[in-house]
Parts: sequence; structure tokens; C-alpha cells
Amino acid sequence: MSLSKDQVQHIATLARLKLTDDEYAESVEKLSRIVDFVHQLSQADTSDVVPMAHPLDAAQRLRPDVVTETIERDRFQENAAAVSDGLYLVPKVIE
Amino acid sequence: MSDSSQQVHAQSMTELAAGLDAGEFTSVELTRSLLERIGELDAKLNALVTVTADEALAAASCADEARATGNGGPLNGLPIIHKDIFCTRGVKTTCGSRMLDNFISPYDATVVEKLADAGAVVLGKANMDEFAMGSSNETSYFGPVRNPWDLECSPGGSSGGSAAAVAARLVPAATGTDTGGSIRQPAALTGTVGIKPTYGRVSRYGMIAFASSLDQAGLITRSAEDAARLLGVMAGFDERDSTSIDRPVPDYSGAINEPVKGLRVGIVRQHFDEGLDPQCAVRVKEAIAVLESLGATAVEVDLPNLDLSVPTYYVVAPAECSSNLSRFDGVRFGHRAENAEDLLDLYCRSRGEGFGDEVKRRIMTGTYVLSAGYYDAYYLKAQQVRHLIADDFKKAFSDVDVIAGPTAPSPAFRLGEKVDDPITMYLNDIYTIGANLAGLPGMSVPCGFVDDLPVGLHLVGAHFAEETLLRCAHQYQQHTDWHKRCPEGFK
Repeated sequence: MSLSKDQVQHIATLARLKLTDDEYAESVEKLSRIVDFVHQLSQADTSDVVPMAHPLDAAQRLRPDVVTETIERDRFQENAAAVSDGLYLVPKVIE
Repeated sequence: MSDSSQQVHAQSMTELAAGLDAGEFTSVELTRSLLERIGELDAKLNALVTVTADEALAAASCADEARATGNGGPLNGLPIIHKDIFCTRGVKTTCGSRMLDNFISPYDATVVEKLADAGAVVLGKANMDEFAMGSSNETSYFGPVRNPWDLECSPGGSSGGSAAAVAARLVPAATGTDTGGSIRQPAALTGTVGIKPTYGRVSRYGMIAFASSLDQAGLITRSAEDAARLLGVMAGFDERDSTSIDRPVPDYSGAINEPVKGLRVGIVRQHFDEGLDPQCAVRVKEAIAVLESLGATAVEVDLPNLDLSVPTYYVVAPAECSSNLSRFDGVRFGHRAENAEDLLDLYCRSRGEGFGDEVKRRIMTGTYVLSAGYYDAYYLKAQQVRHLIADDFKKAFSDVDVIAGPTAPSPAFRLGEKVDDPITMYLNDIYTIGANLAGLPGMSVPCGFVDDLPVGLHLVGAHFAEETLLRCAHQYQQHTDWHKRCPEGFK
């Protein structure tokens, strides 16, 4: 089962990845092999098998709805490439 | 320093603790000695991406002061390194990626915090496959790690830097993480001890996420005794990890002294089929014979769906990775592309430039299997097969206490040998992936050599049976000395 270049382009767009032409060629080849490889799962008989949600069948824990964190915006924003007045800067979205 | 402290690098955590207690050397002296050794030898290995010399000496000095006043935790003054997937406050945390090459973590992972509270001294951060995706350490942005047993060979991955550093006696212990075998396979390939606890046993908070339903933090050490000592500190409930299990932490260091007499050891028929190097099979069978000579009983067990574990993993793990890695957008932290035309261009180019080939491949595989029209055929199907695999283990553990087999299909392979073929690389984890899919604890223990390269014995237990694994490994190490062998050039 091989993926087409169009399919790989669509996947890359969904994944928000810009690839070079070389990377596209390689991705078509390698992703096709990976998809082929995982396709063997289709042979397994899984009728009546419940999909696994958690390895220990644990339920999601809930916590009381109380404030536990403090605001440390300045410290967290030290890792951002572009900030101004406590806001993250991105290219213009609205003309 | 006294004579006995000349060889501090060769000592285990347990021996070093005794040396510190007896006043043979101070933590500052120990730290300085190991930092020197790292400076001298790591250029050959590339095991560390960051050395935190100043922070380490400051922590060691605090540990010495605490000791002088009769205080200090269970690991007071003992050296360790962290895989660079664990967030360390104020220290660069790269996850082996260009994406995080400039990331200074604003907080500590729970594992980091717990070990620091116990008094451990962090010497640095270990190299790893990018975002823990790889089995050879070749996907690291910072270059491959070399195996101290043969510098042309891979140390395995993704915790390859942790394993190489412990094997080369740069440090007695290192943290690691294991999503499909990333602690146990490098431990096997470097002749070290690696333990991946039960899913939820150790907190994942502050451990950069790859596949959240499979990821678990653990350790690489040179003995089961050291692993028990450290796991006791790392394990336990953490309210900041929503999948952490609230269950008391047993006395691992006490449990390892129990004999293995009467223990039922499962041997999986499928483990010794084609695919396993015949000489490795011999070493593993010899190790099982040692356990039998100590009074354990070998019993054959069946894991009929073993073959499906690798394809199942390569649906579930990429799916979760594609979701987890969507947080890297070039806006809040991490690599940001320059001169972006618009927001979409900023996202796509920051991610295209920041991630390496294998990470992109897995994000795309995950995106594909989760995309409209394919979800049922791949992701849902894989989660069903995952249940079949977990049921196989459950059935096996109704009859045996531990499953023993090979950790990896072969000893260390040469750097570059498998890098172009993702499927061959993925099959390296065939024996280890099942434990992640089922959430079980697993461990690799050195059990001999093939062509001068180490081989690992893989032990898997039922949920929360870490004590059984550690006991089995420790008793085995009381009667063998494979774990004490040291690579030439690192003595």
C-alpha cells in the first residue's frame, strides 16, 4: 500500500510541517513502508475486543476546582522569541 | 583524598554512600573527581549534552554541610545525571532536538525534584534520541552517542547517553525514560541495568511527553541494588500527573534480599524463534539456568500476539506523539523560524526546521492514522490489539511470577547500520514493547557477552511487581559478575 505525493502533502499540511522537495520524496517512500508494516494489524481478529483506554483500567482522577498556580508570566515568557507587554507576538493575522 | 577514593568512578551508589558516611571523601571531592573524568572522557562518547559543573559543586557543598550536621536525605551527596527529557529549572532542557536547543526550563520535573530533595547531585544532562524517538541515539540533534564497548557501535536508544555514561563509569546512575524499550534496550547494549517501572509508578510531570499512555520514567545503573535504592526515591503518587497511581512505595532495597527459590519464571516460546541472534539466545538461556540453580522454576508460557506488538506500537505511539508535539508552534517557546510570511508559515517553518527526520516521520504517521477515514482501521484497531496483547500477559502472569527472555535481538549494532531503514530499527524493540503496551514493569540485566559486546536478560513482571524484578536481578548478580565488567579505556 503506497501513499501518493498528494497524500503526503495533505498529511504534512495537517501536521503543520513544511518539508523540502527531498524530504517529500523520502517521506513518500518511508511512510509507505511504515503504513504497509502497520497494515498487518488488519489480520488480527478483534471482534468483540474493547479498545484499551488505560493500561491499568484506571479512571481519570478529578481534583477540586480551586486555584493552585500563581502567575509567573514574565518567567515563562523568557523562553519566547517575541513578546511585548506580556503578550506573545505572531505575524499579523487581521489586515 | 584517601587512596580508596582514587577509584570513586568505579564504585556503585551503595559503595559511594558508604564512603561518604565513613568520611573517606566528601561529596565535593567526589563531584570534582567525576566532573574531571567527564571532561576527560566524554569527548569520545558524546553522552552528555550539558555539564552542570557549578550547580553540581554547589549541591555537593550543601550535601557535605547537611552531612556534617547529621542531616541529609537518602541519596545525600551522590552523583547522578538526568536524561535531557526531564525539565530542570534554570538549565537547558533540549530533548535532543533543535526545537528546544534554546529552552531553559522554568520548572523542575517531579523526578528531578524528588532526587534533589533526597540529596542527589546532578552532574549534567544526557544525550538522547530526539524527543526519545529512536533506538540508536542517531536521531539526536547533538550527534550520536558512542558505545563505550566499541566506539563504532551505537549504545542503543533513546536513553543512549544515560546508558553510555553509566557503562563508561562517568556516573554511577542516570535517569531514563522508556516508551517502547528506551531504557532497557540501551541498558542491554551497554552492559548496564535498566528498569522501566509500571505505568503510573513514577511521575511523568515535567518529563517531555512523547506517547503519554506508554511513557514511563526509570533508571540506568550498574547494579540492581542501586536501582532499588533510587527507585524508592523516584516512585510514588504525584497529583501533578493525572495518570499517577496512588499506591504506597514498597521497600525495594529490603525486598531484593529475598531468595528466588520457588519463583516461577516464564519462558516465552516465541522469544526464541527466528529474529534472535543465536549466540544471544545462548547467553539468555544460561542466565535462566542460573536462576534455576538458585531454586526458581522455568515454565513455558505463550504470548501468541507478540508479533503484533511492534505494528501496534507504531500506530499508538506516533498517534500520541502527533498530538503531544503539536504544542511546538514557534510562539511560546522553542525554535522560531525567521521572517515568517503569516501565522501558518510561522508554524510550518518553525516545525519543519526545528524537528529532525525521524520526529517528522512519526508526527506524519500519527497524523495519518488519526485522520478522517483511517481512524477505525488503524488507531481503534491498534487499541483493540493492544488489549489482546495485555490479555496475553495477564494470562501468563496467572501462572508465573516473572517472564525472562532477551532484551534485544542482537548485541550493539554499528552506527549507521540501520539508520536508513525505519522498520529494521523499529524491530529492535520487539521484546520490550509489549511491557509498554500492557503497562508492565520491565528490566534489563547484563548476562554475558557475544563477540565482546554485552547481552541483556529481560525480565517482565505483573503490574507493580518491581520488587520481584529487582529481587531476581539482585540475586542473579550475587552469583554472576557480568555487571561488574568494565569496557577497555574506561577502567
